[in-house]
Amino acid sequence: MRNPLSREVVTIKPSGIRKFFDIVSEMKDAISLGVGEPDFDTPWHIRDEGIYSLEKGRTFYTSNAGLKELKIEICNYLKRRFELEYHYKDEVIVTVGGSEAIDIALRAMLDPGDEVLIPQPCYVSYDPCTVLAGGKPVPIQLKQENQFRLTPQEILDAVTEKTKVLILAFPNNPTGAIMEKKDLEAIAKVIIEKDLFVISDEIYAELSYAENHVSIASIPGMRERTIVINGFSKSYAMTGWRLGYACGPEEIIEQMTKIHQFAIMCAPTTSQYAAVEALKNGDEDVKRMREAYNQRRRYLVHVFRELGLECFEPFGAFYVFPCIREFGMTSDEFATRFLQEEKVAVVPGTAFGDCGEGFLRISYAYSMEDLKLAIGRFSDFVERLRAEQNK
Amino acid sequence: MREELLMVIEKNSRIDLKELAIILGVEEIDIVNELATMEKEGIICGYHTLIDWDKTTIDKVTALIEVRVTPQRGHGFDAIAERIYKYPEVRAVYLISGGYDLLVILDGKNLREVSQFVSDKLSTQESILSTATHFVLKKYKDHGTIFEKKSEDERMVITP
Repeated sequence: MRNPLSREVVTIKPSGIRKFFDIVSEMKDAISLGVGEPDFDTPWHIRDEGIYSLEKGRTFYTSNAGLKELKIEICNYLKRRFELEYHYKDEVIVTVGGSEAIDIALRAMLDPGDEVLIPQPCYVSYDPCTVLAGGKPVPIQLKQENQFRLTPQEILDAVTEKTKVLILAFPNNPTGAIMEKKDLEAIAKVIIEKDLFVISDEIYAELSYAENHVSIASIPGMRERTIVINGFSKSYAMTGWRLGYACGPEEIIEQMTKIHQFAIMCAPTTSQYAAVEALKNGDEDVKRMREAYNQRRRYLVHVFRELGLECFEPFGAFYVFPCIREFGMTSDEFATRFLQEEKVAVVPGTAFGDCGEGFLRISYAYSMEDLKLAIGRFSDFVERLRAEQNK
Repeated sequence: MREELLMVIEKNSRIDLKELAIILGVEEIDIVNELATMEKEGIICGYHTLIDWDKTTIDKVTALIEVRVTPQRGHGFDAIAERIYKYPEVRAVYLISGGYDLLVILDGKNLREVSQFVSDKLSTQESILSTATHFVLKKYKDHGTIFEKKSEDERMVITP
């Protein structure tokens, strides 16, 4: 019998997270600091709306691009929060999470061999989705000295005549980095000059702690070449509902809708009704969750500073990305030993790109009590390692 | 800062001042001053401790008593409420909407003691028309804290 598998698919590396996941799941009382989703439950009024829609029997397909009411609310939201103006009719598509939006954006925009600039460390999906769409991922190694922000020079060094798309993900998973308006204006110049397109993954936009998040699409000259991706998973604690959206120029959204229509039909109907409620009345909930994350962020940064651990201060998402090079181990070794000795799981930075070597991703999507417990063990571990080194 | 500060200390009044300063991103001295101001303004009225008496050997029973009154001329409900809340065993007195006028929360050693209080000290008062006493059988949650075992974190242990 011949090989049923696509060669390309087989060569895609499985997620670096998987291996750790398997080890941690086996350990009975391990505490995990490795989650990528909120610890909050979806606010009740949003859940109620979803339940209500089921009671009313709204269990059919919606139109491909999503419920009209939802698209209108999305446009209102983006205008209200980030000064972005999109027309609900042809410039918005409701997707199965931000994940699907990234996937279909790449598939709609890439021809075989097109290069995609992917600043790393980054979310695990960008590389594989680029490959699956026929493109070639070109990593850009971001630097801690630049607070893991993308600089114009880094783009110039990586761009070739084949470069078509740049994937921007800020606030960032795993580094927690943000890009301020001045940083975005600086790279916009190069992007426009080189005639590139941007897929801007802004799923953590609401979790921005220094100032209000700025979208690159709001920078002059960028709207016509940017697909803005956002969703409900992180801001409204709706990860399991699988709902996101993409906004951009009509001609790109049109093609994305075409792919979406054939592959998915439409995003989950129940989730869409719940999301309308979220956008209409969820501002207070988002604010409350953001404040809670911010308190934990300040606490973690303080603890790491006290420990003398090298760590830039993150202003977005819910991750801290400390550097553990001083201990002379790889991220993998550190994380494995930490798990075995203290039963706490963190994710090695290498799961997010080669330049994540020497770093760890620590999530603070946990209650303060759980966080204190886990960080207490982290401090003990670090002191022990330092004592060993001094011997 | 005030709102965020209140939300934190409402749940945990014993939180370290230093930790408060860290998580709110302000100076410790500002917190000290703000707390003092709020105490003076009567916004912060006390720092109490939430106790699950059922888990101790001390007998305690809580009763919720609905009271119907004839409001006194010129004083409304205030005078009656005052006469009730002066008793130390009375933990709370609320003026409420609905079928009854006042809700009184009372602690006693046992059912008998509470009933005695109601018949001796409440029902005998002139302006009190009728009372309805409900005994608390089990407290699941009080002051925002769940007494039962904490729910498990059901998320997958590691997600990207």
